[in-house]
Amino acid sequence: MRYLVLLAADGEVPAWSTMSEADKQAIMGQFESFDAACRDREGVEILAAEALGAGDTATVVRTRGGERTVTDGPYAEAVEQLGGFYLLEAPDLDVVLDLLTVLPPYDMQVSPVIDPS
Amino acid sequence: MPTELDEVVREEWGRLVALLLARFRRLDLVEDALGDAVEAAARQWPRDGAPANPAGWLQTVARRRVVDRLRAEAMAGRRRGLLATDLDRRPPRAMADPGDLVEDDLLRLVLMCTHPALVPEAASALALRLVLGVSTHDVAALFLVPEPTMAARLTRAKKKIVTAGIPFAVPDLAALPGRLETVAQTAYLAFTAGYAPASGPHLLRAELAGEAVRLVRTVRALRPEDPTLTALLALVLLQHSRRDARVDDQGRLVLLADQDRDRWHHREIEEARQLLASPVVVGTPLPELAGTYLLQALVAAEHAASPGSAQTRWDRVVALYDQLLVLAPSPPARLARAVAVAEAHGPQAGLAALDGLQIAGSHRLPAIRAELLARSGQVAAALQQLDTALAACGNETERAHLRRRRDEMTGPVGPEVGCQGDIGIEC
Repeated sequence: MRYLVLLAADGEVPAWSTMSEADKQAIMGQFESFDAACRDREGVEILAAEALGAGDTATVVRTRGGERTVTDGPYAEAVEQLGGFYLLEAPDLDVVLDLLTVLPPYDMQVSPVIDPS
Repeated sequence: MPTELDEVVREEWGRLVALLLARFRRLDLVEDALGDAVEAAARQWPRDGAPANPAGWLQTVARRRVVDRLRAEAMAGRRRGLLATDLDRRPPRAMADPGDLVEDDLLRLVLMCTHPALVPEAASALALRLVLGVSTHDVAALFLVPEPTMAARLTRAKKKIVTAGIPFAVPDLAALPGRLETVAQTAYLAFTAGYAPASGPHLLRAELAGEAVRLVRTVRALRPEDPTLTALLALVLLQHSRRDARVDDQGRLVLLADQDRDRWHHREIEEARQLLASPVVVGTPLPELAGTYLLQALVAAEHAASPGSAQTRWDRVVALYDQLLVLAPSPPARLARAVAVAEAHGPQAGLAALDGLQIAGSHRLPAIRAELLARSGQVAAALQQLDTALAACGNETERAHLRRRRDEMTGPVGPEVGCQGDIGIEC
């Protein structure tokens, strides 16, 4: 199965801009450990992973009554901050949840990828 | 439905679901197929006689149904087709092995139904349905919701299991105790919904509580050395053992002090006592949840060991609640401790133990304040608290009890100070 993991909010991780260089190093180390843990786990593969720009760099596209509007800012009803994401191949939800313990303690959302056919 | 069928459904349903899921991994098909098999049995067994191996008969019929459905799906060119062909080729599991493998499959089923990614209420309903084989109609009745509502809730939970890839698997040893705690919490949630319904006309729903006890017992049989499940089984057995004494013939609430203790189920109390003495929970460090269940069970065991409220060792009950408050401080535990303090040292001490306590939306706190105020002669303040309790209480039987107490307090003879052995809180 494929899963999209959204790093949805800072959770217990301090804001990046307030972190010391050593703390930033430690966080980066956790991301690297996660990569390694995924490589070592049978049936698991990171298909895509990116960090995202802060919410105020996002652009929102909405269509209402057939009319498209383009506005600044994060989509209001979504989580406040979307920090990054992983697209994972994994055998089941428990494998994903287990691997995510390696990442820094962000609030996360795990969604299964659906085959629309 | 013939009794053989009733019995096999009651005793074997969870194992059959587990076995078929282990082979086909299709929750949707497995349950429908088993339902079809039971229907077929209801038609055939009365006519032809029950088969020698009823569970095996149901399993065979259900397995054929699943294979038929998978073939039909493959023919229809649906995307599951590949999987179906694959499954047809897979060698059948050793059917003659009813041993550990099957028990592990049942444990897999329990863990799947009580996965933390499912809504807890749906999880406990799903466990009653899939592990214990309680029909959707009965699960709905047990949780006091219309059948279509419960059917939709169960369907949603099953869909989440399939879509989100919640595995039919036992997690590795390190994660298993934590997952068994979720199982315990889910089962205790179902038990509490039966033992003390927050709303509705009945003080207790003994059938739901009884099914939850059965669930705890079934799961503990798979992991008898688990301290959390052991302590929980003791706790629910002790609480459930009082079911016939908690309401009188008119359906009125009977306080613990006034209960006819001959009507308690003494075999269940004895079983709980043995569990509480088992090396799994005695003289060994316990996980926090196991500890909270154990302490509450020990409180219930103090009541069970006493011939009446007057002889109860309230000092020991207070000490147990003191430990509970260290382990897992919570407002309801403080409330229960205050009741025991009042019994041990008088209503003033009980009121002092309630100082500063707040439980939003609870009728129990003002009801107990009212009782303690009445016992210390402060009738006006007691009535005020009773009115607060009445406004917050959604359970009809408890409301009737509170109204009776109000009438007694305003009646010509004044409050019955000191004659109530306890205050409606049981442990």
